[in-house]
Amino acid sequence: MSEPRLETQALSRNFGALKAVQNIDFKLEAGARHALIGPNGAGKTTFVNLLTGVLPPSQGRVLLAGRDITGKGQAERVKLGVARTFQINRLFRGLSVLENISIAVAERKGTAWSMLYPVGRRADVIAESIGLLETLKLADIAGHRVSELPYGRQRLVELAITLALKPEVLLLDEPAAGVPSAESHIILDAIEALPKDIAVLIIEHDMDVVFRFAKHVTVMVSGAVFASGTPRDIEANPQVRAVYLGQAGKGSGRG
Amino acid sequence: MSAAAPTATEHPGARSLITRHRLRWWETLPWIIALGFYVAFPNYLGFGAELLAMILFALSLDLALGYAGIITLGHAAFFGAGAYTVGMLAFYEIWTEPIISLLLAALVAAIIGFLSGLVLLRTRGLTLLMLTLCTMALLQEAANMARAYTGGFDGLPDLAIAPVFGVFEFNPLYANTQYLYSLGVLLVCFIFVRTLIYSPFGQSLTGIRENLLRMHAIGSPVRLRLVICYTISAALAGIAGGLWAQTNAYVNLSALDLDRAATVFIVLILGGYGRLYGAFVGAVAYMALEHFLAKIYPTAWQLGLGLLLVMIALFARNGILGIGEALWERYGARRKAT
Amino acid sequence: MDFIANFAGILLGGLSAGTVLFIVSVGLSVTMGLMGFVNLAHGAFAMFGGYVIVLSMNRAHFGFAAALALGFVATAAISVVLERTLYRRLYRASELDQVLFTIGLIFIFIAGAVIVVGPESQTLQLPTALRGQINLGFLQYRTYSIFLIVVGFLSGLGISLAFERTRIGAQIRATVDNRRMAESLGINVDRLFTITFAFGSGMAGIGGGLGAEFLGLDPQYALKYLVYFLIAVSVGGLGSVMGVYYASLILGVLDFVLKLYLPKGGTIFIYALTILLLLWRPQGLFGKKET
Repeated sequence: MSEPRLETQALSRNFGALKAVQNIDFKLEAGARHALIGPNGAGKTTFVNLLTGVLPPSQGRVLLAGRDITGKGQAERVKLGVARTFQINRLFRGLSVLENISIAVAERKGTAWSMLYPVGRRADVIAESIGLLETLKLADIAGHRVSELPYGRQRLVELAITLALKPEVLLLDEPAAGVPSAESHIILDAIEALPKDIAVLIIEHDMDVVFRFAKHVTVMVSGAVFASGTPRDIEANPQVRAVYLGQAGKGSGRG
Repeated sequence: MSAAAPTATEHPGARSLITRHRLRWWETLPWIIALGFYVAFPNYLGFGAELLAMILFALSLDLALGYAGIITLGHAAFFGAGAYTVGMLAFYEIWTEPIISLLLAALVAAIIGFLSGLVLLRTRGLTLLMLTLCTMALLQEAANMARAYTGGFDGLPDLAIAPVFGVFEFNPLYANTQYLYSLGVLLVCFIFVRTLIYSPFGQSLTGIRENLLRMHAIGSPVRLRLVICYTISAALAGIAGGLWAQTNAYVNLSALDLDRAATVFIVLILGGYGRLYGAFVGAVAYMALEHFLAKIYPTAWQLGLGLLLVMIALFARNGILGIGEALWERYGARRKAT
Repeated sequence: MDFIANFAGILLGGLSAGTVLFIVSVGLSVTMGLMGFVNLAHGAFAMFGGYVIVLSMNRAHFGFAAALALGFVATAAISVVLERTLYRRLYRASELDQVLFTIGLIFIFIAGAVIVVGPESQTLQLPTALRGQINLGFLQYRTYSIFLIVVGFLSGLGISLAFERTRIGAQIRATVDNRRMAESLGINVDRLFTITFAFGSGMAGIGGGLGAEFLGLDPQYALKYLVYFLIAVSVGGLGSVMGVYYASLILGVLDFVLKLYLPKGGTIFIYALTILLLLWRPQGLFGKKET
């Protein structure tokens, strides 16, 4: 079995007396399509913050392709290939879609320190940015300001800016959150079209999305791993149904 | 492979990004007007030289505040550092050649900017603002304490400035040389700032200003960028201070005080920050108004200024240029509709 | 014996100055901690209150206590008016806009003071009970200074207790800690802020009056001491009454000592120490650490 792309060992995080994340052993393989589900307050976002280096752990380790990255900060982990999207968009709203992407590309390529040549002349950065936008079907609005776009498209830009970093591990925090159902297909299509070798972890509440994409599901409750398995296993698990599925997602219509 | 690249960059959406840095025809206007001023108002060239130094000072602040989003009320620290460098070099006749003096002024200001930036830019918001005030107050106190060298409150008068390029003399009565010299320095510095703004570095500063958290999330070394930006801004402010000292042949503690820092802040806001030419528009508007009103009705001037700032904060946060942009967009939209 | 008296004299002088600083700055600390609004015009409110107090005593022959009460009420009232009409519109605005707005307010207040009262410095006539010296056993010291220290201590104690024991205090603490959570618990944050802002400004007004004696009272007051108010608040920690109390006292004593022994620029150490302290602890001595 090849080494997992991303792994945690006994990862924990406390806030005073609150055990937000408890002793999590987690593996994410290359090419994985892994969903992380659980009720609100289960610690999912905290877990992702631990993975990306936004929060330091109280205990435990985070490993990237076997290398211990526990001590590394967010910026370093990004350079090593761990990137995430946020539940609420973090975009440069006053700038155009193309500018948003090109800032990320320039950062990745290291050209962001260049002070002498204008952005417009860096054909490599612009070409790569346009190319990325084309794969996500955003190229037609490349010149539009982000704040003028419908929310679904903005969410797609959030995904695009993260893909511009060419990550090996991609963490998506509720990618379809807040997107009107009429537009949600553009997000879902984009996630489906992600390069096969990227390891993807999606935090989701929508069980339809989970069933569509995830080959593996982990259920988190109160900071700990409650259950783990294929979507079928999880759906059939009576304890999971009791704790979570009965409240939301697939069961909500019949609930 | 090379066939694909031109197609991508010819993409319509990329057009504005690619051509943004190109020189527009109206960008030559400020310089034409400046030269026209030289010809038309030979008696006001002293005022003109002060105006040009103020433009440069505001431009330096725009880099830190308008582009990187560093809110500082202490930028006079660097202006004063540059002014005193030039002042002491000239007064003690260590070095009187003006251009190298300006470079030294930039260097001293840059060092102070770098050291204080490293230290201050770990903080944000009110704390950062207060620390910029503290740094400036600290420098002013230091200059006061060292009054044996700095001349204290009275300052260093009658600075000896050697002729520019050895040929053009600074005449205290006819400010011709001062004006053209200042204009030349401003032009060089402006070209530098303009290049910086349109470069990837400048774009990353805009990113930091627009969404700091996103910059962290794309792996940007944010603090280092801010420190470098602050250092460059300090160097330019130092040049402005040196220029001021040279054209006035005088330097004193007013170069370092809160009044000066608040003035340049107001000038930039008035013109419009984050827009290269805000410094120009703001300085002209402010100094013209001040020249005519402040001397006659100082209290009314202060009251009017206060009301103006409150209005700007509530209704016109992007200053004169911002209002101009809004009108242009509305006019443009109406034209498209008809 | 002489040394102790000397030392105590300096300490008391510094503490009384620090107390005034506290009374003025406590409002700024709480409102900044509560709402995150950068109110540089806080000193202008202190100046306004100072003028009300001093002028009502000098020209309208109010008694000391009555003047203080009037100063509190008048400053609180004007702050409520400004808060409801103008400040309110900038709560969601950028820091820059808030700084801009409050600087504009400072200028308006200064110009207003010059137009209405005049540019001269005003002096506070102390009531006879507070003049002269008081015998502390080992030392004779100015009655007024002792009075200030006691008033400051009692205010600090009172405000801290109010924070801990009253319902509104709990609401303020909750909102400072986590605003969204407080709102979702049904706390009317807007009304809370108006009340706190009014109280803080009123306190500042009293501070302006009490301190007029040795800080002076002229139209430049709003700007002259701005840096000190900001230092007291930042060093103490935003939102912490205890923090701004200790920071103000320390600052008062340091400033007094430095002005005494290093009159030519001793205050440079205050700025340097502030910078060093905030580097070491950016949240101030008692502030909340940002996660």
